[in-house]
Amino acid sequence: MAAVQDTVEQVRSIDVDQYKYGFETLIESEKAPKGLSEEVIRYISAKKEEPEWMLQWRLDAYARWLTMQEPEWARVDYPTIDYQDLYYYSQPKQFKAPKSLDEVDPEILKTYAKLGIPLREQEILAGVEIPEGERPRIAVDAVFDSVSVATTFKEELKAAGVIFMPISEALREHPDLVKQYLGSVVPPTDNYFATLNQAVFSDGSFVYIPPGVRCPMELSTYFRINEKNTGQFERTLIIADKGSYVSYLEGCTAPMRDENQLHAAVVELVVLDDAEIKYSTVQNWYPGDAEGKGGIYNFVTKRGDCRGKNSKISWTQVETGSAITWKYPSCVLRGEGSSGEFYSIAISNGRQQVDSGTKMIHLGKNTTSRIISKGISAGRSNNTYRGLVSAHRKAAGARNFTNCDSLLIGDNCGAHTVPYIEAKNPTAQFEHEATTSKISEDMLFYCMQRGLTQEDAVALVVNGFVRDVLQQLPMEFAVEAQKLISISLEGSVG
Amino acid sequence: MAPLLEIKDLHAEISGGRKIIDGMNLTINPGEVHAIMGPNGAGKSTLSYVLSGKPGYEITGGEVIFRGVNLLELSPDERAAQGLFLCFQYPLEIPGVSNMAFLHTAVNSQRRKRGETELTSPELVRKVRELGQTLGINAEMLKRPVNVGFSGGEKKRNETLQMMLLEPYLCVLDEADSGLDIDALKVVSNGVNALRSPERSMLVITHYQRLLDYIVPDVVHVFAAGRIVHTGGKELALELEATGYAQYQNEAA
Ligand SMILES: Nc1ncnc2c1ncn2[C@@H]1O[C@H](COP(=O)(O)OP(=O)(O)OP(=O)(O)O)[C@@H](O)[C@H]1O
Ligand SMILES: [Mg+2]
Repeated sequence: MAAVQDTVEQVRSIDVDQYKYGFETLIESEKAPKGLSEEVIRYISAKKEEPEWMLQWRLDAYARWLTMQEPEWARVDYPTIDYQDLYYYSQPKQFKAPKSLDEVDPEILKTYAKLGIPLREQEILAGVEIPEGERPRIAVDAVFDSVSVATTFKEELKAAGVIFMPISEALREHPDLVKQYLGSVVPPTDNYFATLNQAVFSDGSFVYIPPGVRCPMELSTYFRINEKNTGQFERTLIIADKGSYVSYLEGCTAPMRDENQLHAAVVELVVLDDAEIKYSTVQNWYPGDAEGKGGIYNFVTKRGDCRGKNSKISWTQVETGSAITWKYPSCVLRGEGSSGEFYSIAISNGRQQVDSGTKMIHLGKNTTSRIISKGISAGRSNNTYRGLVSAHRKAAGARNFTNCDSLLIGDNCGAHTVPYIEAKNPTAQFEHEATTSKISEDMLFYCMQRGLTQEDAVALVVNGFVRDVLQQLPMEFAVEAQKLISISLEGSVG
Repeated sequence: MAPLLEIKDLHAEISGGRKIIDGMNLTINPGEVHAIMGPNGAGKSTLSYVLSGKPGYEITGGEVIFRGVNLLELSPDERAAQGLFLCFQYPLEIPGVSNMAFLHTAVNSQRRKRGETELTSPELVRKVRELGQTLGINAEMLKRPVNVGFSGGEKKRNETLQMMLLEPYLCVLDEADSGLDIDALKVVSNGVNALRSPERSMLVITHYQRLLDYIVPDVVHVFAAGRIVHTGGKELALELEATGYAQYQNEAA
């Protein structure tokens, strides 16, 4: 216990850096040959001992990807990526899927302890007694570079009938479920980065909640890129069967490195009749330094399909990291009476570039959606909200409410709002509100005159600005997110 | 007895602009209430900003000693913790931050800086509710975001609430009476009077004698063209009401 606790405390106490997750874990790793080719894809598939159909699925995607163009419409700017100069697979050396936490490399466990992830079982194994009810009950799947290294609470979840495991394992244990749903929300034709992911994805989480089951705890995945020059391409698939409910959290960090690293993930959600998925992200990939050197390219495709009647998806994201964020968690509102929500806080500082938003696609009758987006730009960053709300011909009674607020800190940053609205059904009702404001010197002075330091004053004003969205996060994560927000805005005011 | 505040030959200008405070002298002893009256544009509000450390002004000469320390070397929040409170002529709005949360953050920021123990939520809530009652501020207003959508009078009451809670040594009130109806004027004045004590002083900036009927000053100053040009007792305010500032403006020129 002492060791883990000490490390956690130590890291917290020396936490003077803006980016406190920027350390590197020194473990030996085994990589696929550099670059992208059929051969590399076969290598990955073989490593994962995948069935033939899976390999074929990857190869099909690869063939298609070769014919596709990298998208250029987003308001982001970066040098051309050399896809042959990346590693597409990396796993800790002598890696064997661990049966329990004591088989996990202690160096990796130490990393997660440093990151403060509640791998509760790890603490229990280390002899820490935690009274029931004192700790948040969260099951964690931890993904280190390309592979899943630990999943906690497996037994308890199994008793409830919930499947929560690395997707590579699900392919072996529940091949039919995976085959039925994988790629059914984000098809191979979808977009450049999603198709790339389909070809080379390494691991990720698989969740299945059986009919009528309310998942007994929060599920969570923690992503960590450690290796140099390594892309991370995880794939998450969550299925909420009829009448079920699950709340899922995703967190991510990476070491500080001078070169850019590519992260192209795909998340697919499927929600059947009367079921609900609440998906929360706290994204804190390394943003690069003040001059814009290094940092993660976060090119992610997230989509949920409200397939059943009265089904519901709620996306909540707190985006503070990454050099570039290109991300539009979306909802396809297919089932009658289904609803989609998107709550977003996107913060950019330094030279960060964010182009993010959502798509709410109303296909079914009486579908509703709600978008609350709070963008905060500081430093020399650029922050764009890009959103689409559309109602198809059959979407009678579709309703959307959108509210996009931008807050500027300083004079050298930019905020942009690009809403697209298409209503092909005359009964659709869409409402859109947008505001842009600036943290004024006067407001900060008012707070400081009452005793707040300048940084506390900024944090207070910002927290007021993002409050509606923070309230959507599960409690423990709201507190964490609040801290993260103040850290990422440190030094943003003269 | 050492003065609470000593302003000695203070000169200040707007950064990159013109001189506003021009050789100002003022001594305030503990427990005294000083009123400052003077024509529009004389620099009264500027004085309050310079004292509280608002960015955008440059001190070009003189010094200010407050409770034994050189005030001009402190940041605005340190000045606040040292016991300087500015009741704003136009209080700012802070969307999304509840009044109660703001009060809690402010009180404890100051206490932390002074090395005092912080107030717990229940302690604070009790105290705020009590003070709120005397000012006609109800629980609903305490939940609302700071000053957002408050009427002019409500904002001034809210300023008074902050002041009563923070218990400063020097209260600088810049036109605390502007925008108040008669009843609100009484409420705010009662709040200010309740704070009067042998250790605490007030600097009341106003245009109207009326306020001074409620907050009775020990000393009245005429402020024109960036400095104090005349000083008298509370009867000076009545005289000014009759004569205006013409004679003093000549004096200053
Ligand atoms: N930021 C600024 N930029 C330019 N001029 C300014 C600025 N702030 C104040 N001034 C000028 O300084 C002078 C003094 O203003 P100040 O507000 O201190 O006057 P005042 O005595 O409080 O007036 P009033 O009685 O109308 O409130 C005015 O001429 C005003 O226009
Ligand atoms: Mg004024």
